[in-house]
Amino acid sequence: MSTIAAAPATSRVSIRRARVLGIVFMALGFAAAWWFGFGSESGLDSTFGLNSRSSEVDLPPLALPSRETALLLAAICVFLGAIQLTRGFGKQANLILGVAVGCFILAFLVWAARDDSLNMVGMLQSTLLRSVPITLGALSGLLCERSGVINIAIEGMMLTAAFMGAIVGSAAGSTWVGLILAVLAGGLLGALLAVLSIRYRVDQIVGGTVINILALGLTSYLSAQILARYQNLNSPGRFPVIEIPLLSDIPIIGPMLFANNLFIYLMFILVIGINIALFRSRWGLRVRAVGEHPKAADTVGIKVLGVRYRNVILGGMVAGLAGAYFTLGSVGRFDENMTGGRGFIALAAMIFGRWNPIGAFGAALVFGFADSLQNTLAILQVPIASEFLLMAPYIATILVVAGVVGRARPPAADGQLYIKE
Amino acid sequence: MKTETPPAEPQEIEPPRPRSRSIAVEALLIPLLALFSALVVGGIVMIFTDPEVARAWASVGRNPGNAISMSWDLVSSAYGALFEGAFGNPTALSETLLASTPLILAGLSVALAFRAGLFNIGAEGQIIGGMLTSSWVAFTLDLPLVIHLPIALIAGFLGGAFWGSIAGFLKARTGAHEVITTIMLNFIALNLLTFFLKTPIYQRPGRTDPLSKEVAESARLPSFGDYRVNWGIVLALLTAFVVWYLLFRTTIGFRFRAVGANPKAAAYAGMSVAGTYILAMALAGGLSGLAGTANLLGVVYSMSPGFLGYGFDAIALALLGRTHPLGVVLAALLFGALRAGALQMQGTAGVGTDIIVVIQALIIMFVAAPALVREIYRIRARSAIETDAITKSWAS
Amino acid sequence: MKIELKGITKRFPGVIANKDVDLIVNGGEVHALLGENGAGKSTLMNVLYGLYEPTEGEVLVNGEPVTFKSPGDAIDSAIGMVHQHFMLVPVFTVTENVMLGVEPTQNFGLLDKRKARARLVELSERFGLKVDPDAMVEDLPVGVEQRVEILKALYRKADCLILDEPTAVLTPAEIDDLFEVIETLKAAGVSIIFISHKLKEVMAVADRITVLRRGEVVGSTTPNETNEQQLAEMMVGRSVQLTVDVEQAQPGEKILEVTDLEVLDDRMHRTVKGVSFEVRSGEILAIAGVQGNGQTELIEGITGMRAVETGTVTLDGKDVTGSSSKRLFEMGMAHVPEDRQEDGLVTSFPIKDNLILNTYQNAPYSKGIVMNRDAIDAGADKLVKEYDVRTPSIEVNAAALSGGNQQKVIVAREFSHSNNLLIASQPTRGLDVGSIQYIHGQIVAKRNEGAAVIIVSSELDEILALGDRIAVMYDGKIIGVLDRSEATRERCGMLMAGLSGEGVVRQSATETSAVAEDERPPPPASSAEEETTS
Repeated sequence: MSTIAAAPATSRVSIRRARVLGIVFMALGFAAAWWFGFGSESGLDSTFGLNSRSSEVDLPPLALPSRETALLLAAICVFLGAIQLTRGFGKQANLILGVAVGCFILAFLVWAARDDSLNMVGMLQSTLLRSVPITLGALSGLLCERSGVINIAIEGMMLTAAFMGAIVGSAAGSTWVGLILAVLAGGLLGALLAVLSIRYRVDQIVGGTVINILALGLTSYLSAQILARYQNLNSPGRFPVIEIPLLSDIPIIGPMLFANNLFIYLMFILVIGINIALFRSRWGLRVRAVGEHPKAADTVGIKVLGVRYRNVILGGMVAGLAGAYFTLGSVGRFDENMTGGRGFIALAAMIFGRWNPIGAFGAALVFGFADSLQNTLAILQVPIASEFLLMAPYIATILVVAGVVGRARPPAADGQLYIKE
Repeated sequence: MKTETPPAEPQEIEPPRPRSRSIAVEALLIPLLALFSALVVGGIVMIFTDPEVARAWASVGRNPGNAISMSWDLVSSAYGALFEGAFGNPTALSETLLASTPLILAGLSVALAFRAGLFNIGAEGQIIGGMLTSSWVAFTLDLPLVIHLPIALIAGFLGGAFWGSIAGFLKARTGAHEVITTIMLNFIALNLLTFFLKTPIYQRPGRTDPLSKEVAESARLPSFGDYRVNWGIVLALLTAFVVWYLLFRTTIGFRFRAVGANPKAAAYAGMSVAGTYILAMALAGGLSGLAGTANLLGVVYSMSPGFLGYGFDAIALALLGRTHPLGVVLAALLFGALRAGALQMQGTAGVGTDIIVVIQALIIMFVAAPALVREIYRIRARSAIETDAITKSWAS
Repeated sequence: MKIELKGITKRFPGVIANKDVDLIVNGGEVHALLGENGAGKSTLMNVLYGLYEPTEGEVLVNGEPVTFKSPGDAIDSAIGMVHQHFMLVPVFTVTENVMLGVEPTQNFGLLDKRKARARLVELSERFGLKVDPDAMVEDLPVGVEQRVEILKALYRKADCLILDEPTAVLTPAEIDDLFEVIETLKAAGVSIIFISHKLKEVMAVADRITVLRRGEVVGSTTPNETNEQQLAEMMVGRSVQLTVDVEQAQPGEKILEVTDLEVLDDRMHRTVKGVSFEVRSGEILAIAGVQGNGQTELIEGITGMRAVETGTVTLDGKDVTGSSSKRLFEMGMAHVPEDRQEDGLVTSFPIKDNLILNTYQNAPYSKGIVMNRDAIDAGADKLVKEYDVRTPSIEVNAAALSGGNQQKVIVAREFSHSNNLLIASQPTRGLDVGSIQYIHGQIVAKRNEGAAVIIVSSELDEILALGDRIAVMYDGKIIGVLDRSEATRERCGMLMAGLSGEGVVRQSATETSAVAEDERPPPPASSAEEETTS
């Protein structure tokens, strides 16, 4: 009957939402003009450095007149708002929201860097680096949840893997061995989550919580018992930077994308690979069917529980990779609770990215940017409390789950037991 | 959670299932076996992480007796010290009760929310919310104790209630899943705390690090004689009674439980599900706020950045106590004992205090998976009825 | 393909769903499996399809014994099943749903959607099953979803097709289409197991009929050797008298008036498209229609469970549009919801708590916020006796009761107050005959006490038995209102199929206006006056 009833209520809800968005664009524009445009004393320049530490080509820094640039960006926001209010962008509205927010942030950066200089490339580079564990963690969550198992244990899996990577990498004297064991440790915790939630029917949130606590307790305990006594077991070394010939010489993006260590390349491969696998392959079709309607999958002969076991273990392994990044890709040693809640940011990124690998990567970049911006501002000594920037990912996620900015639709069977007689 | 029901309707009434002794026994047996199993696994972890004992096991072929006796010595001295440190003398007992106080309150918070069908992972954030208000009252106002202390406690309750009700409101108005929102709100609260601790309102004069002012003497929970345990434990036990009464003897509790068990039927019967979610989260938040406040006014007297770490314990306590206030109290006393005894265990047996966290995680795991416990101890399942899963999916 | 089930027994904890069932289905035969709801038909088919493992007995395909551990095994033996609740992934396209489980792939396990789509199009043309292969399933009407299910089975080269209650959600026109498809399939040599509890359909479509009752085979016959009356008796085990003795209605003053009501469903589709009607005290308005034509949303809109887009609901002369269900209850509305386990009961609560679900805040059950446990127990004991709820104790959880007793608990709760408006959706769905008769009796008693009653049912027999007036919903509108005297199975059926141009509607519409002008005296024509057709 729905075809007949299909005339979808071009309901007042969506019209109201369109208006609200238009007003939001306008507000962003006026706020940017007021704070950042007129907030910048006229005659000052904002200088943006375009070189990274490793690049060979020396680009001249970009100097922009602060007030004029900020006002221009503000004008764009207002203009977009005017169009949204009169004509409406329809389905593109969310994209335009991104553009407007982008303009606002750029205007803010121009203001923050007035009469000063800010290394743009450096900031973007650190954005990418900070997004690595978040992206990988989000991919881990996504692999589990697409098959219908909620994974809030990303944090615990990462922490355990970070510890494993450090201790095994040090003991074996090989970062590679450390990496493999870290990934296996993640997979093992994935298996634990799978067994608890599938075989023993433990509530998936409770199962995840158990793993988080267990991981925190075990790693803290072991690091006090072992790492504190044997310091040499906590120096695994790090994976070296691999510069990809030619590509890494491209100005600006070269050093950003093509002069990184293994983890960044693996992240790109996984984002693209999982995206293709999930939406184009037989495996992905079946995984999504299990996550959306397990009984339907069962009736066509798909082994629902098998798919779930496999995916949760795979998810654990990806979280293990994310954890290894901390010790083997970034810091080079293990510290207690060093993941510091990034597993939960990864969960947020997964939701913000709507259970989609590309989306999750995008969300992780946004969150990484907030993190790196907070650092940059500290250097520029901008009088803005960095705590509010650090809150941004969490607030953004709440807005998404509350349906303020588009609604995230999780897999329909996410979190539900599947029991067969 | 929807499980498959056989399509055939049973036409006969099933025989009555009186609350037989076996159920009562099982209700106690599973947690006890869970505790026992967790201690055993914890012991194994100790054995293989102690360098000397582990070395003895590496050469177990040559001297098996040595390895076994060393292991026994280690584990028995560790648990002995743990017990000693928790119950061995009045001071130890006082420490146990002191450690239990915030645990009882936080556990009640999660348990109350569970009863209304809400999974409150946000105790940690609500604790911060409660401390932010109660500490302000406690270090700003200057009043006699009989007025100051109650006001500070109420402020703590309200602060936590406010923070908790955000998640309730979001769920009621937009359907946003409380597990996600409370996790996010925890981190938002953490950042807010760090921010406030650097503002002149909260920061201790003369300090550059984020540390709050000290609460006034008149707002502190008085201790009993020379022991550190204070009136907080009385407050916690009274609160447990109030929560029990609320849940099982009042219309509010009836509504909470009906909404928690079947929100749709509750709505059809005219109950306001949205209102119940908001109220339940507010009360749960208030209880967490009290937990933080009891710790602030009874033990630490000032705030520093970071989570207190009660949030996840609270989930464990609610599960271990089967979301019943009395169960939560007993579970909290157990966890309090573990916390209190841990220091002595470290001193005597050289086993790090963090092993307690491992044991706690194992306890929840075993309690949450009764099927696993039954399998290990070969207990026949009483019936097909398993623990009800608590959360539904993220969706809806 | 020949399929034999030999001595199948399936036990669930506490229930025997099938007991020593034998069934033989020959190639190219339409074999109907007839039985009441809960007779064990679906269980038996789930055994054949590998979803359940039989406790005892064996399955033979073309004379060879087989064991199906999972549906995959059944599919491999060329058995396909169209479940009563469709097994389709809503967010997948038709092609994706059809290919799921037997996906053609290219290199690296990448899907070959083009190949699957081509085969799907070919099949859909060959068997006359029209579908858009690229449509999202969640956007399709139910009838088309069913076609997708059949295509899914055919795509897997099924030689035997199990159709589980395939007509339950279809309009009569869609049912005719389905029967044509069945003929085509039969001609192609496919054997079909047709599960139903509807006698007429079984008589029309089956080559052979096997009747199940309480999990056991009570007989096997052919349409030529039997008739509906005989089949009905086999199904229920005793002579049925579904028609309740209903005296002539004595409609009094207007209780409920609904005007131009529009309601959206969960997907924000307008599902109720301008419905108007009124119900008077002392009469039963029965709302008929195939499931999913807006009845559910209409009732939810009236009872305050769903937001109303436009239109008004007036109860006792007061505008109650969008009022909470609590306020409506206080104004004297009783509501027996459609899904008793999901909406009517808290199954994990004891009976006594379920009985006060809407009165827990009132005296004598509570004072202030404190509940009075003695009063609750006393009240529950009384109601359980009064409404014949068969239970050993009021402490028993509602989940442990049979469907009939669960429904009696709801009826006891809702009917035990003085009501002026009674709304009951699918009040007897899935119940045994005894409970049906009891509940019908209670509804009629309420009417005779002077309550205005609305019954929603997809069972035409129930509608005809109870309704003083019958309103038929189709596509979100009431397309016709019939008086008891003029309501026949055929006329209702036509309206349910959306065929309103047959004069029925127009005639009554003109009658209404004529009546309005010269105010003819009450019964029997009176009920026609109230008709408000859309």
